[in-house]
Amino acid sequence: MENFNLFIRSIFVDNMIFAYFLGMCSYLAVSKNVKTSFGLGIAVSFVLCIALPVCWAINTYLLVPGALSWLGERYADTDLSFLGLIMFISVIAALVQILEMIIEKYLPTLYNSLGIFLPLIAVNCAILGAVLFMQQREFPNAWTATVYGAGSGVGWLLAIVCLAAIRERLTVSAIPKPLRGIGITFIITGLMGIAFMSFLGIKL
Amino acid sequence: MKLNNSLQTLVNPLSKDNPVIVQVLGICSALAVTAKLQPAVVMTISVIAVLAFANVIISLLRKTIPTSIRIIVQLVVVASLVIIVDQILKAYTYDVSKQLSVFIGLIITNCIIMGRLEAFALNNRPWPAFLDGVGNGLGYGIILIIVAFFRELFGSGTLWGYQVIPQWWYDAGYQNNGMMILPPMALITVACIIWVHRAKNKDLQEN
Repeated sequence: MENFNLFIRSIFVDNMIFAYFLGMCSYLAVSKNVKTSFGLGIAVSFVLCIALPVCWAINTYLLVPGALSWLGERYADTDLSFLGLIMFISVIAALVQILEMIIEKYLPTLYNSLGIFLPLIAVNCAILGAVLFMQQREFPNAWTATVYGAGSGVGWLLAIVCLAAIRERLTVSAIPKPLRGIGITFIITGLMGIAFMSFLGIKL
Repeated sequence: MKLNNSLQTLVNPLSKDNPVIVQVLGICSALAVTAKLQPAVVMTISVIAVLAFANVIISLLRKTIPTSIRIIVQLVVVASLVIIVDQILKAYTYDVSKQLSVFIGLIITNCIIMGRLEAFALNNRPWPAFLDGVGNGLGYGIILIIVAFFRELFGSGTLWGYQVIPQWWYDAGYQNNGMMILPPMALITVACIIWVHRAKNKDLQEN
């Protein structure tokens, strides 16, 4: 039940885009049509689902003070937490590399439409951000971390697909010239963010 | 001529080629840390430091890095620099570091850094790369500071933590606009900056 609550909260209330602005770069750049953005959303969710439990394990069994005690008495008070950032980013980069190979092999159309943004998932802030939030909130076990990852991924997917749907319609509307393109996208995201704030305080 | 070129690399990113509002890079942190002026300034300084040094290091290594693994190399260089900045901030300005929470770590994935490393440092000598780093960092900082200025002024009536809206305004019925503190307003503030900027620079407008 608690996990279900966390899942819903991470989709709607702590939405990666609207509450923390994480993953904005690819969110703004890829959201020109619904199909591509759906593919990218799935890819990001997938990486999040795997990266979070892996990073959770690394954090708990290698990095936090005292985590190395399973190696023996001598290591009981080693503190490697300053290595966190470098470990997490390497895990994420490796995962993305694997994912890229899989997509290239089995889904060539999606591979072509994502282009440069597929390898750039590695530097998508939503993923490193979720990992760092996971570290900050000290989740009790790997399952909770996975649920949080899945929720954040679905939230990100939802946000990018909504924006893409709106932007597809925008091509036919009259927008003041200086706002065309990126300006109006910012305003729409802001308005969507305000709409999402109505979920605040939701509890199941 | 040479001096002119270096000056161009330094000045261009401030307005005409601004990383945030023209190249649309590094939006995430630009929006998230701007509710108050102080974290915005600290963030700016951190980004300038990381960007300038990462640019120099990658530029020095540019002939030895094989293209196939360059992203990993760049990430490792940037991550090491960010760890240093993070530890320094934790040691000397613990409060601000708490407020910035995960966003210092997220400098690693700040697209400005990767973007500039890919676009500039890989093909240029260290000195221009350094200037490019500082210039882009400043361009990023200007937007951050403008957004933070308006959000803090209208949202909490303070600047840098000091009260600037006089008490008698409040007595006369003036109220802080709580909306400005909320995350979505950062987006709308940036949109307004883009609007003004593009209205002045017509060649940047999109169709």
